Amino acid sequence: MAIEVLMPALSPTMTEGTIAKWAKSEGEPVTSGDVLCEIETDKATMEVEAVDEGVLKKILVPEGSEGVTVNTPIAVIAEEDENIVTFDTSTKMDIKSTHVSTSTVTKPSLKPSKTPFSSVSGSPTRVLTIREALRDAMAEEMRNDKSVFLMGEEVAQYQGAYKVSQGLLGEFGDKRVIDTPITEHGFTGLAVGAAFGGLRPIVEFMTFNFAMQAIDQIINSAAKTLYMSGGQMGAPMVFRGANGAAARVAAQHSQCFAAWYAQVPGLKVVSPWSGEDAKGLLKSAIRDPNPVVFLENEMLYGQSFQIPDNENFTLPIGKAKIERPGNDVTITAFSICVGYALEAAEKLADEGIDAEVINLRSLRPLDTETIIESVKKTNRLVNVEEGWGTCGIGSELAARVMEEAFDYLDAPIKRVSSEDVPMPYAANLEALTLPNADKVVAATKAISYAE
Amino acid sequence: MARAPKKSGPRAAKKIEKKSRPGKKVLDGSQPELLKYYRSMLGIRRFEEKAGQLYGMGLIGGFCHLYIGQEAVVVGMQAAASPVDTVVTSYRDHGHMLACDMDPKGVMAELTGRKDGYSKGKGGSMHMFSREKNFFGGHGIVGAQIPIGTGLAFAHNYLTDGGVCHAYCGDGAINQGQVYEAFNMASLWKLPVIYVIENNKYGMGTSIERASAVTELYKRGESFGIPGEQVNGMDVVQVRAAAELASDWCRSGKGPYILEMKTYRYRGHSMSDPAKYRSKEEVSQVRQETDPIDTLRTKILDAGAANEGDLKEIDREVKAAVTMAAEFAQQSPEPEESELYTNILA
Repeated sequence: MAIEVLMPALSPTMTEGTIAKWAKSEGEPVTSGDVLCEIETDKATMEVEAVDEGVLKKILVPEGSEGVTVNTPIAVIAEEDENIVTFDTSTKMDIKSTHVSTSTVTKPSLKPSKTPFSSVSGSPTRVLTIREALRDAMAEEMRNDKSVFLMGEEVAQYQGAYKVSQGLLGEFGDKRVIDTPITEHGFTGLAVGAAFGGLRPIVEFMTFNFAMQAIDQIINSAAKTLYMSGGQMGAPMVFRGANGAAARVAAQHSQCFAAWYAQVPGLKVVSPWSGEDAKGLLKSAIRDPNPVVFLENEMLYGQSFQIPDNENFTLPIGKAKIERPGNDVTITAFSICVGYALEAAEKLADEGIDAEVINLRSLRPLDTETIIESVKKTNRLVNVEEGWGTCGIGSELAARVMEEAFDYLDAPIKRVSSEDVPMPYAANLEALTLPNADKVVAATKAISYAE
Repeated sequence: MARAPKKSGPRAAKKIEKKSRPGKKVLDGSQPELLKYYRSMLGIRRFEEKAGQLYGMGLIGGFCHLYIGQEAVVVGMQAAASPVDTVVTSYRDHGHMLACDMDPKGVMAELTGRKDGYSKGKGGSMHMFSREKNFFGGHGIVGAQIPIGTGLAFAHNYLTDGGVCHAYCGDGAINQGQVYEAFNMASLWKLPVIYVIENNKYGMGTSIERASAVTELYKRGESFGIPGEQVNGMDVVQVRAAAELASDWCRSGKGPYILEMKTYRYRGHSMSDPAKYRSKEEVSQVRQETDPIDTLRTKILDAGAANEGDLKEIDREVKAAVTMAAEFAQQSPEPEESELYTNILA
């Protein structure tokens, strides 16, 4: 029986990849464990081994092919004497797939957008992925200021667990791009001390889940020292890394910490969505004289956006951005949820509801003014966030709008958030837990008294 | 207490000891530095006694941890410090600030929560800093200052300014996990940091024997390749000698060094601690036999470096300075209400 080799998913977030090289050619015998080909994912180039024995009868996707979707048949392995003539749908009955489909439930905005979002007006732009935008922001600021350095797990020789720091070791050397042992509490405290001592550290947490080990140093040492010293010394530094859910990594690796950090005076908290957010806000965060918690999203790293092609481009921390103007309802969101909100706004437009989408960008300080102005116009508010709803960013927004614009509200404020459960592993339960565009549409319609 | 210093640290420590000790000037009572140490140690003791008194009068609030009994440690360490060196410690920090030459008036005014305190009254006893004097706190979370001190050493290295960080902690904090995370990185990256463990035998009310599986704390760096040495922390001259060795080690790029100072605190852990976990006899025996100030006083007199009258004069001057600091700290007004929302962000 002929066996179809399918494009494998080689990371939790991989949706497509490039066939970099075939290690076997057609007609060659294959035994289990042989390297069949090299596949380039968004994070690394990996060898793919055969799990079946036979002869590589046909290569369906030639080397160099980009954007090959996970589960696409890429080759056929068969018994030596088996005659494989065609592989159209009529022969499917004879073919067994070597990879089981990883998941049929996908989140709406997971796929890297083929057409980059264009939210930048005016100046010339170029298209970059979020990971490239973050890397460029760090590189530019490290060129500008010798006291800026990057430390974290796998940031140097490995080139970044998520490839965000790719190339930085080569340019800046191991004095300024530093691989740490896996000791978040220790290296975070060390970085705080280095900041006290006159440096400007960027601490990369592989993900913010691991920063819980270090949260004492972030809050008690970094955030509070300026106040406790009567203004004599503080910690000019950035804590950055992936925050929130990735895909199928379950409870301990899927948590949004926005509300945790946003509660603490002495910190600034930023969470970018687009490419211009990523680059403009990270550059501002590195220049900021305060400790800045910079919450990225792994699912966005591979997405492409138009980014101003200008080394002086920065964005102010503390200002939200109206991504889509509208009159009927205000939808606030940050990070990956901005994408859900925009998707929902398109769907709502089809039903005659004109939503204004605000990308919060900064969670502390929170741009209350922009939100209040919008609510005064639309009289309705929906907040979308990936964190839990209880004591979340949406709860804070609801309180502020109630305090400052109560009389302008025509309907209760709605919070769309993750379900109040630890993140489940099963694909269907995970999808049920997270916010998505349809949930935003439903919440918006509920407070618009539509249907 | 009063155990003779034990020279049984790891090999590296012994090596440097053999190499550089013979060349070192051994202090005796004839040297004028001793009078300086005497003044400094007595200044800390009188200051702390006064702080205790003001606490009793309700002028100092919250937590207040006194350094009485341990004065020789920080004074001996500072005797070997260079101006570029940095210091960071825990919440038992008044002595360290005074030894770093911070103004007693500013320290006392911070204790009373007044606007002329080092932190404008917003930090208090446990959270005080002086960038000017290279004193980086004053940290209230047990053990947190050790990674921070390691980071200060990282900055010394990065800026190649030749400085060494003195990172202090107690025998309680030494059991915190983050201490070992810091040890590992300090040794891995050869950072110039002296970890000064002030072993006063009690982590709050728990004796070291009940808290530490291995009570020889100078050995705690062994698995990271950090040399360590046990020092009689009740003798300022011995502390200074050890500090010089450790400083040389760090400054020559060999990485961190551990000094375990065997010392004793006479008062409770904080002002509210009656110290029922140890006998009065234990405390009075230490005071009578190994008090660091009495020991130094005897040494000075025996060597003829000063006479009773000279020392009395120093006593008077120190007392006057402390009285002045206490008056200043009471006269300084409370911070303006407008200070509530300043210094949150730079």
